[in-house]
Amino acid sequence: MRYVSEFRDGSLARKLARAIAQASDRTRNYHLMEFCGGHTHAIFRYGVQDLVPENVKYVHGPGCPVCVLPVRRLDDAVELALNHDVILCTYGDMMRVPGTKQKSLIKAKAEGADIRMVYSTQDALRITRDNSHREVVFFAIGFETTTPPTAVAILQAKAEGLKNFTVFCNHVLTPPAIAHIVNAPAEEGEDPVRIDGFLGPSHVSSVIGSKPYEPVARIYRKPVVIAGFEPLDVMQSTLMLIRQINEGRHDVENQYTRVVTRDGNRKAQRLVEQVLELRREFEWRGLGTVPQSALKIRKDFSDFDAEKRFPVSPKTSREVKSCECPAILRGAKRPTECKLFGNICTPDNPMGACMVSSEGACAAYWTYGRKRDAAAAIKEAAV
Amino acid sequence: MNNTGKGQSFRTGTVDMTHGGGGRAMAVLIKDLFYRHLKNPVLDQAHDAAVFDIPPGRLVISTDAHVVSPLFFPGGDIGSLSVHGTLNDVAMAGAQPVSLTASFILEEGFPLADLERIVMSMAQASSQAGVPVVSGDTKVVEKGKGDGVFITTTGVGVLPEGVAISPGAAQAGQVVLLSGPIGDHGVAILSKRENLEFETEIRSDSAALHGLVENMISAVPDISVLRDPTRGGLATALNEIAHASGVGFVLQEKEIPVRPDVRAACELLGLDPLYVANEGKLICICEAADATRLLDIAHAHPLGREAARIGEVVEDGDRMVVMQTDFGGARVVDWLSGEQLPRIC
Repeated sequence: MRYVSEFRDGSLARKLARAIAQASDRTRNYHLMEFCGGHTHAIFRYGVQDLVPENVKYVHGPGCPVCVLPVRRLDDAVELALNHDVILCTYGDMMRVPGTKQKSLIKAKAEGADIRMVYSTQDALRITRDNSHREVVFFAIGFETTTPPTAVAILQAKAEGLKNFTVFCNHVLTPPAIAHIVNAPAEEGEDPVRIDGFLGPSHVSSVIGSKPYEPVARIYRKPVVIAGFEPLDVMQSTLMLIRQINEGRHDVENQYTRVVTRDGNRKAQRLVEQVLELRREFEWRGLGTVPQSALKIRKDFSDFDAEKRFPVSPKTSREVKSCECPAILRGAKRPTECKLFGNICTPDNPMGACMVSSEGACAAYWTYGRKRDAAAAIKEAAV
Repeated sequence: MNNTGKGQSFRTGTVDMTHGGGGRAMAVLIKDLFYRHLKNPVLDQAHDAAVFDIPPGRLVISTDAHVVSPLFFPGGDIGSLSVHGTLNDVAMAGAQPVSLTASFILEEGFPLADLERIVMSMAQASSQAGVPVVSGDTKVVEKGKGDGVFITTTGVGVLPEGVAISPGAAQAGQVVLLSGPIGDHGVAILSKRENLEFETEIRSDSAALHGLVENMISAVPDISVLRDPTRGGLATALNEIAHASGVGFVLQEKEIPVRPDVRAACELLGLDPLYVANEGKLICICEAADATRLLDIAHAHPLGREAARIGEVVEDGDRMVVMQTDFGGARVVDWLSGEQLPRIC
């Protein structure tokens, strides 16, 4: 497969592994946070952790859009679907995330709510056109990657004069989250999260560019390397981070040059700017309330704002007690340190969002990493 | 007056409640559509129950409901699929299928032309396989209570003496063969889903495997396990076998055949081909010494040309399926949880 398999080449991986081993200082640890779930997924699926020295430790970040959505917003979506007789269009990942009392969209669907899984905002618009007598709500979630399509859908709906289309906007922003992670004091009973550098978002950065990370790197003195999602991207970026750390630098470097520029996609940025604006603050699962970290729909487009059209009731939303998703999203705990992991909480019966999404750290641990040692032993025995 | 009759109305009419009512409309539908296309001596007896002779051996029986959406897809439709799916289930016991039954649940308003197309496709699949449909049933449900048409088929087969194929029979030291590239069926279906249409040449691999099985078993009667990796794909089928046999598997990623366009479509959709459905592939677990012989036999058959040896059975109390990746690491290939969902970021 062209343009993909080149970045999964095993012999190049071994060369990079040797370079990483040579560059790393054996007397210290390197704590590298991979921000995106896409990186976490690549690290586990391809066994990258096996190829780097033990003192290079990947700390899994909060970059899984499904995982960081607070339960209350999910409960609101369930309420919209169940009580307002709307067609709720959602990305597939969101379907199985448990809300308060384990109520997920998939369960609401079984109770009769009209919930449709879509692959793009264009699907939602098509459903809107085909159901002119019904209200259609698009459940918009995600980082800067999925934001421009939402903005375009709203502009398109306005141009077409669609009266039955609204967006439940939950888009969040990456740079404020990174700043929050390095800046936040440790939670009670937790050790401070140690991070020496960041593998920066790849697809997000194709939209916003590498520039927005520059203040974060400068102020908090943490190197950032924008890294692609293929396993060789992750390894090369790891090498770049180790070199920066060794040299005491804290620059923003771009490994993913085949996609990301310093300024990003200006057209996409303008479209987002036209339709959406900063929220004063937004709640993130795991990170708590983060100032200026999310977007809402501008007043000019309030006809397309589901939060304006459908009043949702105030509710006391609750995550499952002792689910460690929040600490895992902060990088403070590993999935295996959660009491529920693998016992009560499995992908078949997820207690928290991190076990649902393929980008969630718990799902990645479960799917690829569980009993990794045992897997290695079997492999050896078979050779 | 209902719209069933002869000739013309099958092109323009739709299923209505009278087609399931037991009266004349139903009789006409059965005679002019089902009997006409599925014609064979046993069906022609027009009994409620089919009476037929069977060759000596143990009886094998399997039943399967088919609810595929869309009903028509590249490389097949619900009609051919409902024949192949059940024939393969019978064949995976090592048996040769001898007859089929079919039960139709039709939704009011379903176009008769589509029904005829489906029945003709069933008839073709059954005649190609050499296994007649000997009995059937039709029911009609109100509009909104079905999804066009559901078909349940039951297959009866005969197992030759000396064959003891079972999902619990895999043993450490044996090897895993796969009859061809994986993922074609699932990707062909996805490419035609209403909200996901994309241009592709990929066709479903839907096919009846009992001919291939017959050749393999006559050469090597003591094959331990046969399994068609349908829903949940290769990964799920191997996990089921690992569980039933109390063993582990070590697979070699580079040996598992996947067509480049299937791989590309999976990459695009965020799916893993290991978990995508097949309808014309089989997994065979056998002694290492028999592998080359079985592969030669498979390569000589149209449905096994790309057969490959993809891994080994190992001792493992945890019953894990592990894969050595092209990249150089090892990963656990776990059961699938629910449906594979698309990635969004």
